[in-house]
Amino acid sequence: MPMGGLLLAFENYSAIGGLFNSPWIGLDNFRRFLSSPDFMNLLLNTLKLSVYSLLWSFPIPIILALLLSRVRRESLRRKIQLIVYAPNFISVIVVAGMLFLFLSPVGPFNKIIALLGGVTTNYMTSPAAFRTVYIASGIWQTAGWASIVYTACLANVNQELVDAAVIDGANIFQQIWNIEIQTIKPMIVIQFILAAGNIMGIGFEKALALQTPLNLPTSQIIPTYVYQLGLQLGDYGFSTAVGLFNSVINIILLIAVNQVVKHINDGEGI
Amino acid sequence: MMEKEYKEDDSMTKKKLSKVDAIFEKSNIVLLVLFVLVIIIPLIYVLIASLMDPVTLSNKGISLDFSKWTVDGYKRVFKDNMLLIGFRNSVFYSVTFTVISVGVTLLAAYPLSLTGFVGKKFFNTIFIITMFFGGGLMPTYLLIDKLHMLNTVWAIILPGAVNVWNIILARTYYKGISKELREAAKVDGANDIQYFFKILMPICKPIIAVLVLYQFVAQWNSYFDAMIYLKSADLQPLQLVIRSILVQNIPRPGMIADIQNAAAMAKISELLKYSTIVISSLPLIIMYPFFQKYFEKGMMAGSVKG
Repeated sequence: MPMGGLLLAFENYSAIGGLFNSPWIGLDNFRRFLSSPDFMNLLLNTLKLSVYSLLWSFPIPIILALLLSRVRRESLRRKIQLIVYAPNFISVIVVAGMLFLFLSPVGPFNKIIALLGGVTTNYMTSPAAFRTVYIASGIWQTAGWASIVYTACLANVNQELVDAAVIDGANIFQQIWNIEIQTIKPMIVIQFILAAGNIMGIGFEKALALQTPLNLPTSQIIPTYVYQLGLQLGDYGFSTAVGLFNSVINIILLIAVNQVVKHINDGEGI
Repeated sequence: MMEKEYKEDDSMTKKKLSKVDAIFEKSNIVLLVLFVLVIIIPLIYVLIASLMDPVTLSNKGISLDFSKWTVDGYKRVFKDNMLLIGFRNSVFYSVTFTVISVGVTLLAAYPLSLTGFVGKKFFNTIFIITMFFGGGLMPTYLLIDKLHMLNTVWAIILPGAVNVWNIILARTYYKGISKELREAAKVDGANDIQYFFKILMPICKPIIAVLVLYQFVAQWNSYFDAMIYLKSADLQPLQLVIRSILVQNIPRPGMIADIQNAAAMAKISELLKYSTIVISSLPLIIMYPFFQKYFEKGMMAGSVKG
């Protein structure tokens, strides 16, 4: 049903005319967006935030799962898992609140920096720090939880294969590379495609919560722009067009990544 | 002669290997301990900061001198009834949303898991399209408006209730159950409805537990839908109430009514933020360990290709 509303993207929407009687303006909304001075900056902000985020946060759950699988004592492993899952259950608002508290000029993080002889900075208002803050807190919050799928997969590692490798003189890194990584490789591929497919829709609620007027030069991404235009400024048609543009890029990226993965993974995509 | 040499060689590599292994084992534990510390230190800091006199905290940092500890923050947070209203609303939204959403998911996944179901392909395609392509923010907003759901609880409970990813999870789980079970039930005279409720559901407990947890957590922690769809103060969920305290930096008037001095106010509002974080996060932090045994099972069901 909401998809019918995509017609808005091609209209000069007014509340009086509604969806069906507002003037049809074709691709004008798209032209306006592509030629606006904000366009390049918005697109780059969105892409940089999501691509860096993917590159930094994707490998960590895999490493964590591999480390966990080598902990021999079951009870200890369970306890570690329980702790690393915890941040996943904390809300975006609370994480944002914690970041504002920790990173404020008088917060504990700046105190440590000052003790070490550094200069205090308000990280929450600094455009240069936004991506680092966003990505690092994202890893803190989700790495543990994201490792579950790999942990579950690693339970299927063929123990006979490991024993045989040990007898053949494979060291621990060779074992991990040749046996464990190979076992979880299909899962890594699926997770990567899913993550890449969501690249333009990245953590919108969190970006919005972390936005301050001063860090907008890097924190304004297409989804938050759509929100501001549409709901705060009431420019319905234009906002819908920008959102549609975002979805289309997202689908193109999804298909492209799937093709690339298929190519390097012997014809196995999703 | 040859044999002996080989044996010596073998024992040498073994020794070397176990050394590498031992180093690995130690660094493994060190890395994991580091990881756990990074995760847990901010949480413990928040907990202690919420219990400490804010002036001492800002001058000296964390101290274990219990005379400097206080529950003032918690007392003040509970003085304001907005937080309690938010709490009550969030419980209501999360419980209702979870019941409706998990119910719909379990029912929708059932026909999709059967081999002979007519139109299966059609429904599958429809569901999957919505996973990757939606109307976008404004069209969805206008739809909610036209359905007269703006500023009602339905705007929070209904739009997200059908979650395609969860339907795929449930469907995959059903598919893992042997077909003979349904056939045997049919032979014994059970119809589909009896089979579904009396036989299938009891053996699907792990997946139901995971879905309940997912949906409850998602609803409890979300704020965006409530922010755009709800206007009345008495409908606001907890996350919106704490958003104004934590992110927008506006303490609730009821919590700080007695404070005049601006410097003291700044300190108290910091203490209030820490206490608010603890109170709002506590329910889920207490709840999730009970579901731990189902995590792996539930996550795996979804990873098997749909």
